[in-house]
Amino acid sequence: MSATGVTTTPRKKRGRRVGGKGEARFAFLLLLPAALVVFGVVLYPVARTFVISLFAVDSPLPGSYPFVGLSNYTRVFRDPAFYSVLGHTMYFTLVSTGAELALGIAVALLLNAPLRARWFWRSLVVLPWALPTIVNGALWRWIYNGQYGALNGLLDALHLSSSPIQWLGSPFLALNMVIVADVWKNTSIVVFFILAGLQTIPADLYEQARIDGASAWAAFWRLTLPLLAPSIAVVLVLRTIEAFKVFDIIYVMTGGGPASGTQTVAFYTYLQAFSNQLFGYGAALAYLIVLAVFALAMVYLRMLRQGQMAGVE
Amino acid sequence: MKHSRKYMIAIHVAAVVMAVVILLPFAWLIISSISPATDLVSSHVHWWPTHPTLSRYKAVFSSSVGGGDNVAANFRLAMVNSLIVAGATTAISLAVGALGGYSFARLRFRMRRTSLFTFLAVYMLPPIALVIPLYLALANLHLLDSKIGLILTYCSIVTPFCIWTMSNYYLSLPADLEEAARVDGCSRLGALVRVILPLAAPGLLTTAMFGFLLAWDEFLFALIFTSTSNAKTIPVAIAEFTGKYSSDFGLIAAGGVLAAIPPVILALLFQRFIVGGLTSGAVKG
Amino acid sequence: MDLNEMPQQSELVGTGPTRRVVLTVGGGLTLTAFLAACGVSGGGGTTGGAGSGKGTIRALVMKQAGYSEDDIRKMTSSFQAANPDIKVTLDFVAYEALHDKTVAAAPAGTYDVVLIDVIWPAEFGTKKIIADVSSKWPASWKEQMLAGAVATPQYKSTFYGVPWILDTKYLFFNAAHLAKAKVDASQLDTWDGVLKAARALKGNGVTKYPLIWSWQQAEALMCDYATLLGAFGGTFLDDSGKPAFQKGGGVQALEFMHQSITDGLTNPTSTQSLEEDVRRVFSAGQASMAMNWTYMFGMANDPKQSQIAGQVEVLQTPSGPGGRPGVNGSMALALSAESKNQNAAWKYITYLTSQPVQNKFALSSLPVWKSSYDDPAVVKTNPAVVKQAKKQLADLILRPQVKNYNAISQVLQTEIQNALLGKKPAQQALNDAADKAAPLLAT
Repeated sequence: MSATGVTTTPRKKRGRRVGGKGEARFAFLLLLPAALVVFGVVLYPVARTFVISLFAVDSPLPGSYPFVGLSNYTRVFRDPAFYSVLGHTMYFTLVSTGAELALGIAVALLLNAPLRARWFWRSLVVLPWALPTIVNGALWRWIYNGQYGALNGLLDALHLSSSPIQWLGSPFLALNMVIVADVWKNTSIVVFFILAGLQTIPADLYEQARIDGASAWAAFWRLTLPLLAPSIAVVLVLRTIEAFKVFDIIYVMTGGGPASGTQTVAFYTYLQAFSNQLFGYGAALAYLIVLAVFALAMVYLRMLRQGQMAGVE
Repeated sequence: MKHSRKYMIAIHVAAVVMAVVILLPFAWLIISSISPATDLVSSHVHWWPTHPTLSRYKAVFSSSVGGGDNVAANFRLAMVNSLIVAGATTAISLAVGALGGYSFARLRFRMRRTSLFTFLAVYMLPPIALVIPLYLALANLHLLDSKIGLILTYCSIVTPFCIWTMSNYYLSLPADLEEAARVDGCSRLGALVRVILPLAAPGLLTTAMFGFLLAWDEFLFALIFTSTSNAKTIPVAIAEFTGKYSSDFGLIAAGGVLAAIPPVILALLFQRFIVGGLTSGAVKG
Repeated sequence: MDLNEMPQQSELVGTGPTRRVVLTVGGGLTLTAFLAACGVSGGGGTTGGAGSGKGTIRALVMKQAGYSEDDIRKMTSSFQAANPDIKVTLDFVAYEALHDKTVAAAPAGTYDVVLIDVIWPAEFGTKKIIADVSSKWPASWKEQMLAGAVATPQYKSTFYGVPWILDTKYLFFNAAHLAKAKVDASQLDTWDGVLKAARALKGNGVTKYPLIWSWQQAEALMCDYATLLGAFGGTFLDDSGKPAFQKGGGVQALEFMHQSITDGLTNPTSTQSLEEDVRRVFSAGQASMAMNWTYMFGMANDPKQSQIAGQVEVLQTPSGPGGRPGVNGSMALALSAESKNQNAAWKYITYLTSQPVQNKFALSSLPVWKSSYDDPAVVKTNPAVVKQAKKQLADLILRPQVKNYNAISQVLQTEIQNALLGKKPAQQALNDAADKAAPLLAT
């Protein structure tokens, strides 16, 4: 089948194809259902929220609100609380995503190795994923309890500590303990993604490397990791988005405390938009979050561009 | 392929360590769910309940539904709601996202970048921002407190996610497969359906699992948009187990254990497809 | 995926479908933007109406608190029996969701009746989410209801609802513990006495941390702080509406709180505890004294949920140099401003809050009517609590009644926690809070 239409004859450029008219129509058909599903319901809310961000809206009811242009957005940057909240979020994102990635790759490699009863080990990894975040948060809050929590009980039984530690009692420690709870649950998903990615690496490549005398570590570093780059990129973007949106587990575990130490941008947006009914300000915060995540996603993708397989980009 | 004994021991030790890390909190969850309430408030930790009790589980399965403080029975309904909502959301989003993702991965068309950004932006937006306009929209469509309303809402979040992950998965497949198929006489759609999708099975399933979880777990929209057991999902039901004036962690734990069972079963059923997939990815010929 | 490379000129496809798509999408977006802008730059105004006094009304109430779900359903069916033209649909949500659901549902007018907390009339009233019912309030109610109840749904002398669930925090103590340490209960009448008793309990090894509080960063912290601020004679705001908690009693209250932690009298877990955590620790016998809402009395004396059943007694809030007000933690039933059936909704509200109905369910929640406390049937339901409630409910302290109370509360919560965790001295924490709160109060 050859291309029709006004374009030049198809030529390959780094393996990229040049499309014809049929291609655009095909793309349109493929995207139409997705567009309907996504924008059918949320287009109006998304647009409305953006419009609201340009007004000083302080009530959910329709009415006449002063137009303030971008000043909701600039107000965000003058808000000292926003910076500390942003700091918490960056820290949360960095540490949790990094830990999930490192642990996820390690476990995926482990599950790809010739273990006995591999199905058993793989099934175990499913468990944290299956637990609802609400329960996960409540569970860890229970475990961390300073009075009768299992963690203190365990440390006490092992004679590792004499007096109970207030795990959620100080801001920075609490943030880290929330990260532990989040990583425990979400590493499973990373494992699945990486595991799926590992399946696309042909086994004969390893054979070849082994024949060439490469050590296991070298094989991992120079063979596996670059070929996993697409999966890693996906995981990084997804987990970053999720980390910036993280709300449920904070809501259940700490309510943002102690001393606002576990407040993340999404939680802060909730407080401004809902608790304080500053809808214009909350909307501006939300869109700034989108911009921030976007920027981060661009950074990841640019960094990992080299690892992409040659193909249609 | 022979592996050294040291290697085999090492990986099995690592596997056991992983198992312990995963199972300890889970075990605590299960133990708490069968511990009597007095144990849960005792001064020292009871590693095993003094009088293990299945009363909470019994309450969920045996008590009658309908009104009243019957949290346990309403939980049963919540489980059904969650299954339906998450299942439908995943099915729709995956189907739609697998198609849409392909167009971003393999096709060229005007405004490709913009449209991808737009889809992703919807996924990146914190749900808080959309609650009130969405509530109003659903109210006008008479879809409040309904499973369909939740499904529609969740699809709009899960679909961009599916598009993104599937498009990246397609990119990891060799570029020449479709061309090979089309040289053999397939239409574009045929190449997609008959050649690419089967090979993308691991990616499809991973996406499905993650997408299912997004819907299964979602809390804020469910909390605001649902009011009765017509549509209340598990996170909302569990959040209601604990309140300002009453909370039994054992009940939350029991709810959690029960809530984890369907996803675990689904995952077990499909896990071999995730790792089935390609053995050697080279395109012959 | 490489998103940087723009398609080259020769790669752009022809016109045809793409142009049509662009035009449709563009048109659709413009229309959406136009629609989205409606109701933000004008229009609106309440669409609520009195209605015919008949029909269906929908109420948003709380589950598992005060009145149980069963109680409320029973009340509702008797109401419907007496008013066959009116049908009531009930939505039960957790307390934490009450505020958010009311706000989200406001534009859609889903609810006719909503249950509101004492800290919300200012916020909801000024934003016209709930209706002004001052004209519907009979003057007799103001005499017949307890003072704390009358204050609950008010903002600037306007009534925005009818009080329904009256509550304050009492001092609960473990009689067995006190006996062991030879502390007399009368000592617990003042905060100084409470500290002395705590020292005796700790010194005698009865409990490691005799006191447990709900000082997690949440509204619960504000409730405890309000109690102590009142006890030390402080005020939240001065007469001109500016912050006053950073002077006098307000500072002393916070210093009292912090000192009790550093002295080892207050359980350090208090800073991560909510009311339920307090109940658990107390019911496990790991604390000797605790402040909590009415509900704890029943549960702490229930052998199925407590290890100290039968040993729990209740007292009024201890007094300090400034008095002994209890924190007003009550709730009221409000009329939604968007309700199209306000007459019917008002009938429902007056029924639920009427004395006979409240007396009937006094075991779950104490009535708002003064004379109920002398009614033997009511007293019988919970004699120990009623005895204290009668005194305490007449003397309640309110948290600041300003329209952006939530924002003020968040500021105070953060700074109070900073002080409790030892990150700032109490005076500095409150000064910082006052600095942050002042611009919020001015708007």
